[in-house]
Amino acid sequence: MDISGILIAALLTIITAATPLLFAALGELVAEKSGVLNLGVEGMILLGAVCGFAAVVFTGNAAAGIVAGALGGAALASVFALLALGLQASQVATGLALTIFGVGLSALLGQDLVGIAYAGLPKIALPVLSKLPVVGQLLFNHDILVYLSWALLAAVVWFLSRTRAGLVLRAVGDSHAVAHALGYSVLRIRLFATLFGGACAGLAGAYLSLAYSPLWIENMSAGRGWIALALVVFATWRPWRVLVGAYLFGGITIAQLHAQALGVGVPAQVMSMLPYLATIAVLVLISRDRGKIKRNAPACIGKAFHPSS
Amino acid sequence: MSDTSPPLLSLRGMTKSFPGVVANQGVDLDLRGGEIHALLGENGAGKSTLVQMIYGVLKADAGRMLWRGQAADIRDPAAARALGIALVFQHFSLFDSLSVLENIALGLPPDDAAAGRGNRNSAAGRGNSIAGRARLRDRIHAISARYGLPLHADRHVYQLSVGERQRIEIVRCLLQAPRLLIMDEPTSVLTPQETARLFETLRQLAAEGLAVLYISHKLDEITALCRRATILRGGRVVDCVEVASESARSLAARMMGEELPDADLRRPAAAADAKALRLQVTGLSRAPAAGVAGGVALKAIDLAVRGGEIVGIAGVAGNGQDELLTALCGAADGRPGDAGRITIDGRDCAGAGARARRRMGLAAVPAERLGHGAVAAMSLADNAFLTAFERRRLLKLGFIRARACRRFAAEVVAKFKVKAPGVDALAASLSGGNLQKFIVGRELGQAPGILIVAQPTWGLDAGAAQTIRVALRALAERGAAIVVISQDLDELMELSDRIGAICAGRLSRLHDTRAVSVERMGLLMAGAGDDGAGVATVATVTAGATTESATETRHAD
Repeated sequence: MDISGILIAALLTIITAATPLLFAALGELVAEKSGVLNLGVEGMILLGAVCGFAAVVFTGNAAAGIVAGALGGAALASVFALLALGLQASQVATGLALTIFGVGLSALLGQDLVGIAYAGLPKIALPVLSKLPVVGQLLFNHDILVYLSWALLAAVVWFLSRTRAGLVLRAVGDSHAVAHALGYSVLRIRLFATLFGGACAGLAGAYLSLAYSPLWIENMSAGRGWIALALVVFATWRPWRVLVGAYLFGGITIAQLHAQALGVGVPAQVMSMLPYLATIAVLVLISRDRGKIKRNAPACIGKAFHPSS
Repeated sequence: MSDTSPPLLSLRGMTKSFPGVVANQGVDLDLRGGEIHALLGENGAGKSTLVQMIYGVLKADAGRMLWRGQAADIRDPAAARALGIALVFQHFSLFDSLSVLENIALGLPPDDAAAGRGNRNSAAGRGNSIAGRARLRDRIHAISARYGLPLHADRHVYQLSVGERQRIEIVRCLLQAPRLLIMDEPTSVLTPQETARLFETLRQLAAEGLAVLYISHKLDEITALCRRATILRGGRVVDCVEVASESARSLAARMMGEELPDADLRRPAAAADAKALRLQVTGLSRAPAAGVAGGVALKAIDLAVRGGEIVGIAGVAGNGQDELLTALCGAADGRPGDAGRITIDGRDCAGAGARARRRMGLAAVPAERLGHGAVAAMSLADNAFLTAFERRRLLKLGFIRARACRRFAAEVVAKFKVKAPGVDALAASLSGGNLQKFIVGRELGQAPGILIVAQPTWGLDAGAAQTIRVALRALAERGAAIVVISQDLDELMELSDRIGAICAGRLSRLHDTRAVSVERMGLLMAGAGDDGAGVATVATVTAGATTESATETRHAD
C-alpha cells in the first residue's frame, strides 16, 4: 500500500508536470501544421500565466482565470499574426522577439501579484470513476485543466484528421501557393491557427500559475515553451506523439528531481540536462524514417506568404 | 457554325501586364459549348496568364469576361468553379504530403467534397469523415475507370511520378462536372494509347456539351482534336483559325511568325557502330528508395550506348525512369539489394558519386525542373554554377568565380533563347518551358561525353523543342553518348537511333528505331510482348490497364 501510494503520488506529479507541455505543444502543432512557426511560445505562456493569475486574484473566480489565461496568450499571438502574417516579417525573428517581449510584459503586469497566495484549482473527482482502485486516483481526480488538456488532444486529433477544415489547414501548411491557387484564404487560416496556438500556450501558463504552483513569479515558465516547441518536432507533428512526448518529458523531469532528492552522486546540472538529452536521442531515432517526416512535416513552415506573389 | 446563342465564355480586350512585360494585350476569345478550342502559342506568349485570368487566379488590368452572355466577375478560383470552369494546371497544384484522396477533396467545393450530393446536411457530408471519404473514393474510382485514368486513392503525392500526378488533376476536374474544362498541356506525359484514350474522353465530353480549352504545343494533337484554334504571339491574338484548313506546319508558322526550321535528326546510317562504347550498364538492380513507398525497383537493366548514338527509353510515368536516372548519375546511396556495374568510357563507376561522375563526363537533366533540375529560390547564374562548376571551372581555390558563372549563364540564355530578365532572375520566376531550355542548355554547355536527359522538351513549344533536339543531335555528332528518357514516344521515334521501353523497373531489349512500329512500342511500354516472352500473360495494353486497376483495388483496401 505504501509503495503503491508513493508510486501514485509520483505518477500524479508527472501528470501535473506534463499538462502545461501538452497544452502548449498541441497549440504550436496546429499553428505549425498551417505553416506558422511561432517561436514565441515561452512569451505567450508567461502572459497567459500572469493574466490567469491576475483574473483569479481580482475576481476570485477560477473560470475567469482560465479564460483570461487563454485570452492573454491569444492576445500576444495576435501581435505575432500582425507582424509575421500581416506585415510579412520573418517568423523566426518575430517569434524570438515575442518571447523576449512576453517575459518583460508579464513581469511588468505581475509586479503587484508577487507574493499573493492562491489555493489552486479545485480537484474534480469524477463520480464512480474516481473510486476505481489505483486508476481512479490516477486519472479521474484532477483539476479541470488536466481533463481539458486530454479533451483538447482528442479534439485536435479529430480536427486534423477528420474534418475538412483540418484538411484545409494541413494543405495550407504543405503548400500555400497551391492552396491559394485553389482559392483558399491562406492568411485567414494561418491567423486562426496562430490565435489557437496562442490560446493554448495561454492555457499552459494558466495551468502553471493556477494549479502547478498556484502563485505568480517572474519567468515561472522556466523554458517550458522551448520544450513544447521541441516536442512538436519530436512528435513529427502528430498529436498522439505529443502526448507521449509531454509525459515522457514530465516523467524524466520528475524522476531526475526525485533522484536528486535521494542524493544520487551525479551533479544536479547533469540531471537537469536529462530531459533535453532524452529529446535529442528520441529525435535522432525518429528522424531515421524520412518518409514519415515527409508525410507529416508541413513543407511551408516558417515561410512568409503574400497573395500576389 | 450558325449558332446564334451567346458563347459559353467570351473574353473581350483582356489585358495584363507584369513589371517589365505585357503578358496579354487586348485578347478576345469565344468559347462555345461542345467545342474543343485550341490555345496555341510559344513559351511566354501569354497562354498561362490568360488561363489564370479565366480561372480567377490573376486579376486582369483591363477587359471583361462574359459567361453565357452575362458579365461575369471571376474574382477567385472558387467563383470560377461555381460557374463551372475547371482547370488542369500546368504546374501541378498538388499538396505533396497529402494523399491523392485528400488532394482531390481539397479541389472540390465543400459540400461536394467527399460527398454525397443530396447528403449535404448530414455529418457525413462534411468533407472528411469516413463515410464521406468512402463515397469520394467510389466517385474517384468511377471516373478513373470511365476515362482510363488509374489512381491509387491512398498514396501520398510525393511518392507519385509526374504522370500519375497529372491524372489526379484531371480526375479532380472531371469530378466537378464542369461546363468548361481548361487543359494546359495535358498529354505531355501520357503514352500514345493514353493520349488516344484521353482524346476519346475529351470528344465524349464535348459531345455532352462541354467546352474544352486545350493548350498544347503538339500541333499534331491540335489538328487531330480541335476545331478552332486561337493563336497567341507576344501576348496578342494573331489569328483565330479553323483547324481543318490548316496543317501542323502552317500552324507552327503562324505561331512563330516564321517557318519551322527543317532538320533531319537522324544519324546517317553509315555512322552506326563505328564509335567506342561510352556508357555500359550491366545487370543494374536497385532497391526502391527508402521512405518512398511508390518507388520502383530497377531489375537487371542492361544498356550499352556508343559515342554518337542517341538511345531512347520510352515508358509510362512511374515505371522506374526517375530511379534509372538517379542510379546512372550516381545520386543514389548504396543499399542492400543493389547490384550491377556501370562503366563510363570503360572506367568502373562503383563508389563514384554524382560529382565524380560529372568529372568523368556524365551530365544529366532530371524530369522535375524545380527541386531536381534547378533550385527555385536561386538565380540562374547560381543554378548554372551548381552543376557546371566542375567542367566549366567555375570554382577557384574554393571560391566561386562569380563573373565566369554569370558569363556561362548568359551564354546559355542567349544560345537557347531563354526568356528571362537576366541571369539574376530566380529560377522560380521563369515559365516552365523557359526553365527547361535553361537546364538543358546548361548541361549541353558543359560538352558532356555522356548525357542522360529526361523529358528534354516537356512543355516546350515546337520551335524551342526543335532547337533542343537539334542540339542533342549535334552533341551526339561530336561523339557523345546520349540517353533520352521520355514519355513522348513521337519524340523518341524521331530523335533516337535505338529505342527501348521501361516498364515496372525492367528495360526491354533495345530496337533499331527505324525497324520498330509505334504499336509495338506501345506494347513494350505496357510490359507486354518483348521478344515474345510476355505475350502469353499480358497480351494487350488493355490487359495492362486491368492489371493496374487490380493493384489499385488492393491499395484502396
